[in-house]
Amino acid sequence: MNGPLLEVSDLSVVYRTYEGTVAAVNGLGFSLHRGRTLGLVGESGAGKTTTALSIMGLVPSPPGVVESGRIIFDGQDLLRLPEREMKRIRGNRISMIFQDPMTSLNPVLTVGLQISEALAAHQDLSEAEAERRAAEMLERVQIPAARYREYPHEFSGGMRQRVVIAMALACNPSLIIADEPTTALDVTIQAQVLELMKSLKEEFATSMIMITHDLGVVGEVCDNVAVMYAGRIVETGSLEQVFSDALHPYTRGLFRCIPDIEEELSVIRPIEGLMPEPLDLPSGCAFHPRCPRCMEICRTRVPEAIERDGHGVMCHLFSEGGGGDHA
Amino acid sequence: MPELVKAENLVKHFPVAAGRVHAVDDVSFSIMEGETLGLVGESGCGKSTTGRLLVRLIEATSGRILYRGRDIASMNGRELRQARRQVQIIFQDPFSSLDPRKCIGETIGKPLEIFGVGSGREREGMVDVLMEKVGLSPRLYYKYPHELDGGRRQRVGIARALSLSPDFIVCDEPVSSLDVSIQAQILNLLQELQEREKLTYLFVSHDLSVVKHISNRIAVMYLGKIVESASSPDLFHDTLHPYSQALLAAVPIPKLNRRRERIILEGGVPSPIAPPPGCRFHTRCPQRMDICASEEPRLVDAGGGHLVACHRVFGA
Repeated sequence: MNGPLLEVSDLSVVYRTYEGTVAAVNGLGFSLHRGRTLGLVGESGAGKTTTALSIMGLVPSPPGVVESGRIIFDGQDLLRLPEREMKRIRGNRISMIFQDPMTSLNPVLTVGLQISEALAAHQDLSEAEAERRAAEMLERVQIPAARYREYPHEFSGGMRQRVVIAMALACNPSLIIADEPTTALDVTIQAQVLELMKSLKEEFATSMIMITHDLGVVGEVCDNVAVMYAGRIVETGSLEQVFSDALHPYTRGLFRCIPDIEEELSVIRPIEGLMPEPLDLPSGCAFHPRCPRCMEICRTRVPEAIERDGHGVMCHLFSEGGGGDHA
Repeated sequence: MPELVKAENLVKHFPVAAGRVHAVDDVSFSIMEGETLGLVGESGCGKSTTGRLLVRLIEATSGRILYRGRDIASMNGRELRQARRQVQIIFQDPFSSLDPRKCIGETIGKPLEIFGVGSGREREGMVDVLMEKVGLSPRLYYKYPHELDGGRRQRVGIARALSLSPDFIVCDEPVSSLDVSIQAQILNLLQELQEREKLTYLFVSHDLSVVKHISNRIAVMYLGKIVESASSPDLFHDTLHPYSQALLAAVPIPKLNRRRERIILEGGVPSPIAPPPGCRFHTRCPQRMDICASEEPRLVDAGGGHLVACHRVFGA
């Protein structure tokens, strides 16, 4: 089939709390093509996880409310599907890998059982067959099948995350959403897990959304990048476009914040100010109070998304008459 | 530069049901006045324990810690109290290291109160000055930790550490829980303060890019041992220990088309309760030799103060 596997448009999600309404995702849109990996990057509170939960139909409600939008997955709008049908997709055709494997695994069930459970829930398999397939999945993530009957606490952090990956891949999903899958791991273990995810993604011909705050991880595994700030995608494009020709002042700021490990003397230039208060987002462009190139219009008007050759940016500098250049 | 802090053969074992956790095992290093020594390694390598030993938050099983040439274990109560003013620590999680029931002004001023510096009124003035020093508006004096974001909470921790004008600060993963844009602000603040206040840092972190950015010298730890230590440029350009090499290769770097050697280590870190014999890294080392499993390599100068503990480097 042609066309994107996933197309999100105009997605808005709010959390209604006693203190007020938190606008977590504001009119978000992006698409993901088959076999590709999209990196969703941003700092805490940018709305990355809420976006993922919306696709999974798992936004906690209350307090969360999906106010508008469409999430077209393989021709179906997930937001309009009844829960009964969503259940057939979740964990089967779309699965999710969470940050902390200790909390996403059940501590009182063996890892083998947890993988075979995922299989049995979605596929018409005999118990023995599910068990055989689960053991096979363990081997695929480089865990000896002999450890099938062990419990999560008997594994190291990196191995636990591999168990979670085996669970996510067990039903051979078309889409995997990985939410900071390596953030809790040490770097050498992170390298192992990223390498494994890359090769399994190829092998299973799965598409992936990789949610991360780490631009290094994006550079390592993603084909496309979407940078989020205060519930919006402020810049999107191919890895090359965003990494070698970042346009949005926030994206550029992010790159300048990271000490360069390859330079003799690295200079970091922080982004001034604080993350915006989610209960009280700034008017106009939400980044304007911290933006070094803020103009009058930025304070009042939300910029439109502008796109050229697949490189999109949401910034007045690049709209008609804006001072946008690549300097 | 004179030597400010010296650790000699530090050992810290924690007794547990299954035996003893060898958290820090015979670690020696010195820190010169005005410099930053980075201590880097993965979880469980003993880097934070080492930091805590230096400020005597925990007592060493054996070994000595010299502060300006004096053994802090042999100091009497009064001397130790004085030394405590000069040695401070900043913690990773600025939430659990601040008292949630005290306003931040009170938290920052607490060390002054404990040491009886000035009157209550004078201390408030000093706290205002400290707050400005770390980029906090004195208007926030009566705010509570939960009302501040992570970056500002970490500034409170820094202000408190500065309150008694210390010479030496142990920074234990001070930016690890912060967002990158805020992390950069705090790193720059720590560097500015170091220059202005003539501070010496031990900077403990798992993040190599951050450690390289802020340190003059770096020591790499693995399973309770220092495996390599050198000046920051030497460690990065002339990496000698196979573990340091793997650690460096594993750091994901936000750049395009990087052609670099991929060293993926096998397996995980062995248990610190029963560390492997010989070189502790030999079970995962891609360059291991027979001798590595039986004989422990010593930390030896490979030239120009670049220390490394590896049989391979010395062609044994």
